[in-house]
Amino acid sequence: MSGTDADVIDALVGIRPGSPLDAIRARRPEARAHAQATYRALFAPEAPGNVTAQERFAVGGFVAGLHGATAIAASYAARLAESGASAALKEAVDAVSKEAKTHGPYGSYPAGPLSREDTAGLSYRVGAATRRTLGPRLAAAFEHVHMLVFHPRDAAPAALQALLDAGWSTTDIVTLSQIVAFLSFQIRVVTGLRILAGRP
Amino acid sequence: MTDTVLVPPEHTVPTAFTRAQLDWLPWLEPLAVDAMTQRHLASLVDAARVKSPYFRLLARDPDALEARTRTDKDIFYNPDAGLPRAERELAAATTSRFNGCLYCASVHARHAATYSKREADVQRLLDAGVTADLGERWNAIVEASVALTATPSAFGPEHVDRLRRSGLDDLAIADVIHAAAFFNWANRLMLSLGEPAATAGP
Repeated sequence: MSGTDADVIDALVGIRPGSPLDAIRARRPEARAHAQATYRALFAPEAPGNVTAQERFAVGGFVAGLHGATAIAASYAARLAESGASAALKEAVDAVSKEAKTHGPYGSYPAGPLSREDTAGLSYRVGAATRRTLGPRLAAAFEHVHMLVFHPRDAAPAALQALLDAGWSTTDIVTLSQIVAFLSFQIRVVTGLRILAGRP
Repeated sequence: MTDTVLVPPEHTVPTAFTRAQLDWLPWLEPLAVDAMTQRHLASLVDAARVKSPYFRLLARDPDALEARTRTDKDIFYNPDAGLPRAERELAAATTSRFNGCLYCASVHARHAATYSKREADVQRLLDAGVTADLGERWNAIVEASVALTATPSAFGPEHVDRLRRSGLDDLAIADVIHAAAFFNWANRLMLSLGEPAATAGP
């Protein structure tokens, strides 16, 4: 996954040209092309705005790590290294991915008949030492990312205020949210297609 | 300009999953229509979406929005074989029910009911949740969507086998995977950038 031209989902699933899954993906050509275009827009953007490559790949590694998607996490970690991240930052992403891992989806509903489905779970907060390594902007992002990955129904305006307070603009938050949400898709497509391919 | 969190106007918070039409109120400022560039407008893909605060908010990252939308349309609307539209919508509604996105579930439960004409089964999914008994083929699709939506994934060869026993070919199974995966994308945006509101009237 070093370049941005090769199809990332094909590479992560291990889809070879002419294989049955190659033929299946070819039946949904726009989905295939635009999943890749989304990857490019989020990880090799023409107009990166205020969200740095290091932030994008650190978040990518964290999201994949939280999903327990080891190979995918490794590919984002490799891109993080290429982006010039310090060894300390790479280690911090690995460490928080392990420490913050849990099982989702959980969370609460607005009070009412659905309250009986409320499920408690971790509200992850980055520890003081890791916060120093990540810096305030990425630390705030990781706390938000954890909520989006595991308990998105707990989302609230206060979570967005915490990002604004840490220096994320409204547009930056849209990009950050798209990165987490897109990876939640990409990781599941890769997981699902790998299992389908392994069951000929 | 200092960015701020928006306080939505007074509204009725929906407290149950429904097939009724809901509104969606943003927590962050969408682009103003008259501030949108050609690139922003093109990223909406459908010009009518300029009326939607959700899409005008996502248009702040136009390349990501346009690619998202074109991915979405092919997964759900491509008519070339595979999973019938009704069951792509079932996977979307199931994923939204399991993640807890009332807004997304309302839209896609409506679509699932419209295309399948199985309103009672769709309503049972909304009311009882993802363990509702909807008959073997729908149960297989629901179970696969739920397994893939769990973090970490619980999707395994047994889900592929059950879908095949229910008559799905591999293109249809790939459609289940993509529809459920896509709503893990959509739910996270809808849930975290704003909130649903009941609409006035019936």
